[in-house]
Amino acid sequence: MDFFFFNLMPYGALDLDYDKKFASANLLLPNSYYDPEEGHKLYTRYLDELEYADELGFDGVCVNEHHQTAYGLMPTPGVIAGALARNTKNAKVCVLGRALPLVNNPLMIAEEFAMIDNITKGRFVAGFVRGLGVEYHAMGINPAFSLERFHEAHDLIIRAWTETGPFAFEGKHYHLQYVNLWPRPFSKPHPEVWIPSQGSEETIRWAAHPDRKYTYLNVYSPFSAVETFMSMYRQICEEEYGYKAEDRQLGLAVPIYVGETDEIAAKEARPHIEAFFNKFLRIPNELLLPPGYATIKSLKAIALAKREMLGGGKTMERMNDLGMFICGSADTVRSRLEEFQDRVGLGHMCTILQFGTLPHELTKKNMELFASEVMPHFEGRLRQQQSQAAE
Amino acid sequence: MTSIQTETLKVNDVNLTLRRAGEGETLLLLHGANGSASWLPVFEKLSKEFHVILPDHPGFGDTAPPEWMDNISDMAYFYLDVIDTLGLDNFHLAGHSMGGWMAAEIGVRDGHRIKSLTLVSAAGIWVKGTPMGDLFAWSPQETTHQVFAQKSVIDQMLALQPSDEELEDALKNRQMAARLCWAPRLHNPDLRKWLHRLKMPTLILWGDSDGIFPEPYAHAYHELIPGSQLEVYKNCGHVPMLEARDDFLDRLTAFTQGVS
Repeated sequence: MDFFFFNLMPYGALDLDYDKKFASANLLLPNSYYDPEEGHKLYTRYLDELEYADELGFDGVCVNEHHQTAYGLMPTPGVIAGALARNTKNAKVCVLGRALPLVNNPLMIAEEFAMIDNITKGRFVAGFVRGLGVEYHAMGINPAFSLERFHEAHDLIIRAWTETGPFAFEGKHYHLQYVNLWPRPFSKPHPEVWIPSQGSEETIRWAAHPDRKYTYLNVYSPFSAVETFMSMYRQICEEEYGYKAEDRQLGLAVPIYVGETDEIAAKEARPHIEAFFNKFLRIPNELLLPPGYATIKSLKAIALAKREMLGGGKTMERMNDLGMFICGSADTVRSRLEEFQDRVGLGHMCTILQFGTLPHELTKKNMELFASEVMPHFEGRLRQQQSQAAE
Repeated sequence: MTSIQTETLKVNDVNLTLRRAGEGETLLLLHGANGSASWLPVFEKLSKEFHVILPDHPGFGDTAPPEWMDNISDMAYFYLDVIDTLGLDNFHLAGHSMGGWMAAEIGVRDGHRIKSLTLVSAAGIWVKGTPMGDLFAWSPQETTHQVFAQKSVIDQMLALQPSDEELEDALKNRQMAARLCWAPRLHNPDLRKWLHRLKMPTLILWGDSDGIFPEPYAHAYHELIPGSQLEVYKNCGHVPMLEARDDFLDRLTAFTQGVS
């Protein structure tokens, strides 16, 4: 199992009482809540933290894309990835991911990613997502065509990366007379692709396809749901596609806090993780799941899996019990992660070591403890399939 | 009581479910994004005067959507095929909300068989400086408050306990409405260039408290369609068939019969 450091870049200076007036930190929260002075400090600090993760020996640093929200300040993640491309030395630079259907010309994503891949000499992971439902409100894109646009954009990008141009791309949503990418990507045949997802069966089946074998990265689900999704991936590979999935095809992103003891960890993390779940991730259903964004069957499944996620009033203990947050001494965190590794055979663990309002000093300490006390334990450690797992 | 027949009409690759009742001149009713329910409060009364046809549009109610149905232009051409298949000539056309938009799009494409046109709280145009309500972002409660104006109606709607089946139907209708109308939101930027082609007698009916298409939309349509008549109901929201039912019926019936 390898370890990545994920920074969501929340607007940590957020006035947490915003929810007395507004239903969500997404879309509807006026940007008068954003102070550019604070913003500058936060960007500087978050970039420092990402660069520090490289020094600490994390296998990768991860950023992502969100629009019109205090939850994450990276509407254009390529800007951050570009800065990291120069200031990191060993860690992979991962954009997890770009929301393909939200753009009207995905060739721009193929170009942007190819640039980062060239600058980093292939030290790059391309994440493709559809974007949160609320982002279809934010960007004025029709959610009912989200899946069609995702697949078309994906095909266009992969073809642009791998085929000699110029060629014409003839799609329903994207139709280009000339596809002739300069620069071509550094990686051969193309950059590694990960698919961050909330666990839709269609996505899992598509990512697992032998033509792709993309890494499926689960975000924000109770661990019991993660286990279901990961088993589904493995089962589809074996039963439908006739191959055995490698651990590297499965990843999990989860907020983690390591303290000197369980008590210290709980005390230090509590206000920040509760702000993360209750304030930054607060999205009403109408905004989160616009009509057409998912099939009615998936809508129901997502609604069930996310019910824990997107309302208010979540306590740290509850999130900890569900495995949506891992908190404690290095020993506690190690055994929790061992359990995750053993139960599903995770290849990649994307640690969210800064969350919500967690300040720089605690973030730094968390990163240091994680890198020195937790990560080495997993070096070369393989999945232990317990006998009771078969029962 | 008039008997309402439900039947299926095969049009190209679509099995169109439609309700049909009454005798006399044909009045084709096009429903809005919420499905055929919006016309039901007046359907029976209208069927005493007219041969009324109320289809479930492809993707709504009991009509499955074909894969190719992507936008309101597709809907308009599809309904021209429906009109051919039904053999309608000299018929009356009335549309509510999204169905009003469809009626206008049908009319500008081929109006010669349409004897009269009624647009009720119709989508289809954008009025600069007067944003539409964002029905796709509203909670069910908020939607009720925006769609209806009268407290008794709002209370009645909020008290409804829809069955699982009704909820699933509502989700399905909403999905198809999003597919057709999300962007550009509930309008065709080019439609206003062609509304002068609506040369048949045209009536525009609207509620003064419509939270989706505020009253200026009614006046804009009125100005864009030469010779059109306009009536705006007081203390009435997006569904005049419910909140101004009697006046609505009288006016629609008198107008439609007047051009006969």
